[in-house]
Amino acid sequence: MTINYGDTLIKVQDLHKVFGKLHALNGISEEIHKGEVVVIVGPSGSGKSTFLRSLNLLEEPSGGKVYFEGEDITDKKVDINKHRQKMGMVFQHFNLFPHKTILQNITLAPVKLLKKSKDEAEKQGMELLSLVGLEEKANAYPSQLSGGQKQRIAIVRSLAMDPDVMLFDEPTSALDPEMVGEVLELMKKLARDGMTMVVVTHEMGFAREVATRVIFMDEGQIKEQAGPEEFFGNPKDERLKEFLSKIL
Amino acid sequence: MFQGLQEKFINNFITKDRWQYIADGLITTLQVTFFAVIIGIVLGFLVAIVRSTYDKTGKLKLLNILCKLYLTVIRGTPVVVQLLIIYFVIFGSARDISKIVVAVMAFGFNSGAYVAEIFRSGIMSVDNGQFEAGRSLGFNYVQTMCYIIMPQAFKNVLPALCNEFIVLLKETSVSGYIALQDLTKGGDIIRSRTYDALMPLLAVAIIYLTMVIIFTKLVNILERRLRSSDH
Repeated sequence: MTINYGDTLIKVQDLHKVFGKLHALNGISEEIHKGEVVVIVGPSGSGKSTFLRSLNLLEEPSGGKVYFEGEDITDKKVDINKHRQKMGMVFQHFNLFPHKTILQNITLAPVKLLKKSKDEAEKQGMELLSLVGLEEKANAYPSQLSGGQKQRIAIVRSLAMDPDVMLFDEPTSALDPEMVGEVLELMKKLARDGMTMVVVTHEMGFAREVATRVIFMDEGQIKEQAGPEEFFGNPKDERLKEFLSKIL
Repeated sequence: MFQGLQEKFINNFITKDRWQYIADGLITTLQVTFFAVIIGIVLGFLVAIVRSTYDKTGKLKLLNILCKLYLTVIRGTPVVVQLLIIYFVIFGSARDISKIVVAVMAFGFNSGAYVAEIFRSGIMSVDNGQFEAGRSLGFNYVQTMCYIIMPQAFKNVLPALCNEFIVLLKETSVSGYIALQDLTKGGDIIRSRTYDALMPLLAVAIIYLTMVIIFTKLVNILERRLRSSDH
């Protein structure tokens, strides 16, 4: 890396994940620094989602260690819930809570976990909603929203916890093409504001434009990584060349 | 014809205040049903939590085996047999125990098994992404269950739960086996006094039907309110 980023936020050491016979992650060591926007690409089944989900232990690693802000969160004695509060996650299928209004979706965790007062949480919720231009949906239910709106709310819901890093698991893959743009716009805005992000995506345009580093994964391993210009302009790994030639 | 019916009505219900058999029986039936429903919900809820926690995380293995045993035994034997066993075997030496208490226990334990499976199917019907979203925000297992999974599960199973309580209400009609004078027994006592089967049994049937209809209506209203988030 030529640009120097801040402290190490997440450090992964020799991470393995085995599903039955499948070795989904095969010894990954990597660091994510403060302020970085790391985009992970790769063919389906390459382990990129499993890797992302291992960072907040939604997927429990079969071996190896994950450090978050200096603490080994794979240690059984660590209160993982406390750490997850600082790691926002956005899912492919949004996973908004259908029985709650948009505002309730956003305020639930801050009120219950950060012990914010309802008024304070709602005020902050409305501010976040205005950030994404969806204030008028505060009292609507998720089923009344379009896919793009749902995903933007899902992002806002994570932001309400004031996370130190945001993990995105194919955030635009379940969207109609015309709604992809609005979600990517919001993500770009976050990146510009200095949010540390780890993004699994197929949106190469986003990777080119926003990423500080692009990682190519295949067969449960990191095969190549570089800044976006180098990554797309001068790929070295044979598998990556083949991959890029298919999708670009 | 009409004269005859009126005469029969008076003979079955008015003479010697025989309507009281029905009224007292109705109160007994409602008492047994009410408390059995509460036991059924509490027991069923706990069993469902144990079972789905085991399914999701692999924890609580021993409790899960106990719960499975409970479900197998209760669902594999007739409720009348369970009622008789509780009354004559388990409380066989305690002759002064209230028959209502025995009936509440028998029907409560019985219902708990069915409610447990209803709740469990409800928990399992909620998409796993909901669970992951909750955990990723920092909620622990119990909080995720309480705030996110259970409210959705409850809404999904409400019709099945309502059906279970209707079944329970009607099932208490076998309470007569331990000589508890419930609504059905009340009607049957009148029949044995007046030698007229039609009137008292018809009355009993109409009362059950009315209760079920009212209950169904109430649940429909509740369901509609819960569905406000679906549109």
